[in-house]
Amino acid sequence: MLDITDLNVWFGQGRDRVDAVKAASLAVEQGESFGLVGESGSGKSTILRAITGLAPDWSGRITVDGTDLGRRRDRAFYKSVQMVFQDPYASLHPRHSVDQVLSETLHLHGLGEIDRRVAKLLDDVGLGPRFRFRYPHQLSGGQRQRVAIARALAGEPRLLLLDEPTSALDVSVQAEILNLLTDLRAERGLTYLMVSHDLPVVGHMCERLAVMKDGEIVEVMEVAALRRMEARHPYAQSLLQASVAG
Amino acid sequence: MTLLDVGNLWVKFPTRQGMFEAVRGVSFSLKKERLGIVGESGSGKSMTGRAILRLIRKPGIVEADRIALEGTDLMRLTEIQMRQVRGEQISMVMQDPKFSLNPVMTIGAQIMEAYLLHAKASRSEARAKAVEMLEAVSIRDPERVMRAYPHEMSGGMGQRIMIAMMLIPNPQILIADEPTSALDVSVQRQVLDIMDRLVTDRGMGLIFISHDLNLVAEFCDRVLIMYAGRIVEVCDADKLHAAQHPYTRGLLNSLPRLDQPRARLEVLQRDAAWAEAPSVSGRV
Repeated sequence: MLDITDLNVWFGQGRDRVDAVKAASLAVEQGESFGLVGESGSGKSTILRAITGLAPDWSGRITVDGTDLGRRRDRAFYKSVQMVFQDPYASLHPRHSVDQVLSETLHLHGLGEIDRRVAKLLDDVGLGPRFRFRYPHQLSGGQRQRVAIARALAGEPRLLLLDEPTSALDVSVQAEILNLLTDLRAERGLTYLMVSHDLPVVGHMCERLAVMKDGEIVEVMEVAALRRMEARHPYAQSLLQASVAG
Repeated sequence: MTLLDVGNLWVKFPTRQGMFEAVRGVSFSLKKERLGIVGESGSGKSMTGRAILRLIRKPGIVEADRIALEGTDLMRLTEIQMRQVRGEQISMVMQDPKFSLNPVMTIGAQIMEAYLLHAKASRSEARAKAVEMLEAVSIRDPERVMRAYPHEMSGGMGQRIMIAMMLIPNPQILIADEPTSALDVSVQRQVLDIMDRLVTDRGMGLIFISHDLNLVAEFCDRVLIMYAGRIVEVCDADKLHAAQHPYTRGLLNSLPRLDQPRARLEVLQRDAAWAEAPSVSGRV
């Protein structure tokens, strides 16, 4: 589904150049859920941003569903790949109602029957019709993240990029959102690429994961191995220790 | 010996829909110990911490039978007297160093200011003290950091600087409101260890406010669990995982665990009775 080979992403030029991702390669199968872990600044979110085209300077090869990505992403790309951001407070327009957010997205995807689809999307993410005409400030953090997920699902994508989707939420709400993501993946056969700093969350959601440090992927492992605490790279081991003790 | 005794604390905010009660009659005491306050957003845990220092801004209202700091009732002090308490006797570390440090002052000037406000000392003494304090929070090259500005610091360094600044007037009580939730897991531990060491060495009382149950279970001595402005359960931190209240159990069960894989996570079923039940006393 997703193939990344020798991906480099950098910001700035000359002396100010920062190499955020260095020679990263990974492959995610159709229907798989793949995790990216590492501390802040390790480049995990930057990989997602490079895939969606939010990081302009990159080299290497990104293939989604057999198609190589170029400098620009076309409409078909955004229909099949969507992203859910960390902070639902920042990723929704404060003056657009839920209805506007979803209708506009559907319209941009060139879909008809918008009214019916908005109702369906809200239903799919467990919100129901009474939330349709609310504004973001009238929603809780978990409800907002549900709206963000509904928006990502609008074009019926096949690959969802999840950037710390629950780290701004309380643990009980996190459980609800993770369950929702689990159900949606099963119902729609979605593929997930999920960034998180929280190893237990990645362990719960994913089958495989990559550990990143200073822009490089230092280890790719199965979650089963993670559960047995079998990390080979010293950094991956220390991360595992820190999360188990905590 | 009881450092702080809080009795029947209320925090209220008048709104158009009537009075909103953020904290509803909470009582607890603090010895020379690490007391954790856990709960979800909106449970009133931060408001409790702020109310002790009377940092609730108008039109918010703080009511309490007493907030006694070694026998002195903070509720009866004037605002000017209260300023003597803040920093000198009770300090507070907030969540994000980005918003708590002054961006246009050097680190050194800020730490020295914190010291000079409360101690009669010369600038050179204050400077020496600030460098010493930065060393105490494991900052390498403190001389360079003294001259640096907050934006030149990483999150972990920023939070250690905050801790240095809060501890330099040598308070008896430190209130830490989510001191590590803006930090990476690996840095978190480091900052907690430093805080723990300083608090233990100086024989201080610590109120540790957090949403992270595992962190509190590991780091504190005693834990208050707050829900909807009340304390629903009090327990020893090492027995937190055996907690009885359905809310605490629900929170613990909703966490994914590496050693216990599950297809679906348990979802907390809230019971209206939890919010109505009277607050449990956290006094010893």
